[in-house]
Amino acid sequence: MAHEPAASVAPRSRGVYLSPSPWPRRVVGGVVQFARRKPLGFSGLLMLFLVCGAALLAPLLAPYGYADVDFTGRLEGPSRDHLLGTDNLGRDTLSRLLYGSRVSLGISFAAVILSKVSATMVAVVSGYYGGWIDKIVQRFVDIWIGLPTLIILITIISLTGPGIVGLTVIIAITIAPNSSRLVRSVVLQVRSETYIEAARSIGVSDRRIMLRYILPNVAHIVIFSATVSLGAVILSVASLGFLGYGVPPPFPDLGGMLSGDGLTFMRRQPWLALWPGIVITVIVFGFNVFGDALRDVLDPKLRGR
Amino acid sequence: MGQYAVQRVALMAPTLIGLTLVIFFALRVLIPTDAVDLAYAEPGIPDPERMEHLREEFGLTGSLPMQYLRWLAGVVQGDLGKSVFSGRPVTEELFLRVPTSLQLGLGALLITLVIALPVGLVSAARQDSWIDYLSRGSAIFFYAVPHFWIAILVVVFASVWFSWAPSTQFRALWEDPVANLKHIWLPMLILGLNATGTMIRLTRTQVLEVVKQDYVRTARAKGLSTRVIYTRHILRNSLLPIITVVGLQIPNIVAGTVIFEQIFLVPGVGRYLLQALERLDIYVILGANLFFGFVLVISNLIVDLIYGLVDPRIRLS
Repeated sequence: MAHEPAASVAPRSRGVYLSPSPWPRRVVGGVVQFARRKPLGFSGLLMLFLVCGAALLAPLLAPYGYADVDFTGRLEGPSRDHLLGTDNLGRDTLSRLLYGSRVSLGISFAAVILSKVSATMVAVVSGYYGGWIDKIVQRFVDIWIGLPTLIILITIISLTGPGIVGLTVIIAITIAPNSSRLVRSVVLQVRSETYIEAARSIGVSDRRIMLRYILPNVAHIVIFSATVSLGAVILSVASLGFLGYGVPPPFPDLGGMLSGDGLTFMRRQPWLALWPGIVITVIVFGFNVFGDALRDVLDPKLRGR
Repeated sequence: MGQYAVQRVALMAPTLIGLTLVIFFALRVLIPTDAVDLAYAEPGIPDPERMEHLREEFGLTGSLPMQYLRWLAGVVQGDLGKSVFSGRPVTEELFLRVPTSLQLGLGALLITLVIALPVGLVSAARQDSWIDYLSRGSAIFFYAVPHFWIAILVVVFASVWFSWAPSTQFRALWEDPVANLKHIWLPMLILGLNATGTMIRLTRTQVLEVVKQDYVRTARAKGLSTRVIYTRHILRNSLLPIITVVGLQIPNIVAGTVIFEQIFLVPGVGRYLLQALERLDIYVILGANLFFGFVLVISNLIVDLIYGLVDPRIRLS
């Protein structure tokens, strides 16, 4: 760390993060150690806890419903009744923000999990077996990586119409190839380790090798890339919502709350333009600093940096 | 190197065909209506004969593979088809808009490079100093703050405080350079600053990676001055990954131009695409996507070629 130059000489007993042994009982100790080593990353984690918690508890925390219209109090500034003001239909901005983060985070989490699980499966199988399966998969990934994915996303989602499931699946498909490339590169390294050779020589089945030997050893890269992807996906979801291709109306989503349609209202009540952006920023910031710290902690090559 | 570049070039055609096939599939299979319905159907008066005639005119009849191949054959000859909505050839319309989009995108990229490379280098050279913290902090800030939000804030607050709004009259660079730059400097700057965030962070990481290498230690041990070590040894060796990073930023910038053209009313390919999407204007949608795909494929190729130029190991292998 920056302010303690002695860190480079200190003994590096940080094997806890790589340990394949059962982790739940080590979590608490791990978190404390993480907070000490990576204060910035830990602050990101705390922010995420706050925002995700607020989003999860939206129905309990929100003072109003997300679609409660009140024509007598439109475009109000922050007040005691409406802590963050109201929009052009008199809907409470705080409530819409809470529900909106819930929708945006929900889509992002679902899309990232879906894409990482499928990408990891493909990467482990194709990386482990190699040969023609791997070649075909890699050519496909090559093609996909060279494409303007956000623009394809915009095109397809604007055509198929808004919908939470469609949005999630299409985002998952667009980001899967990149992560499968990353995971595959680690699978290739792991495959040539001696313990894999040992396992094979005592007759462990391919399936078991993939599930019990390779998977745990690529897990750290999957977790790290999921964290970073989450930040990027939140931004993509917000961009889509902003362009008007997000979740269908009454439902709020963070990007949609900033969308171009509302620009005239934002001119009259600038607070409207401020809140959703702040929430997006906090989420993306949180995922990024947390992801960065996680990579430093998880990647043995970068330790002690 | 030669072989690698050949491989890249060989992948270009399948990449673009794959891209347009996906879009074509979405347009012709996933949705029940088409552009002819939207543009020409009169409410309440079904006129199947006329619609069929129009579909034929726009090449939307016959089996789906035939429709696609007919379009592809046109593309090979430089004809991207006609806009179903306006009847004008897509190729001409694209040529009117491409320079504007390129200006926005390249301008943003230039701003990114001019800011990010020096800052990233200094940040790594003075690791853990206040300069480092400042630049890393602002890098994370520029990355985390959504660029379209900054753009919206600028537009909203500029209108509230100075009653300024983006001009609806766009002038091309060669028609009226002053009016053009007045219009486009702001989207360029915001888009460029956004990409700066990632660039600074990755440049810094790459430089730090090189700093750890044995030959840098050797250079230090020889007693070379820090300046020489940085310019001769570190900068040269971290150039390669930095070029990769630039290559990785290009898709973001390309997507950013689409969004920024919409916010700042810049008549480029992105705005053309978004308008066409509302009307399901099939050949415009395909053509615009093809353009964006082409830009990425070409920039990837350029990145690969620069690799060869910079690194003799790649050039000679």
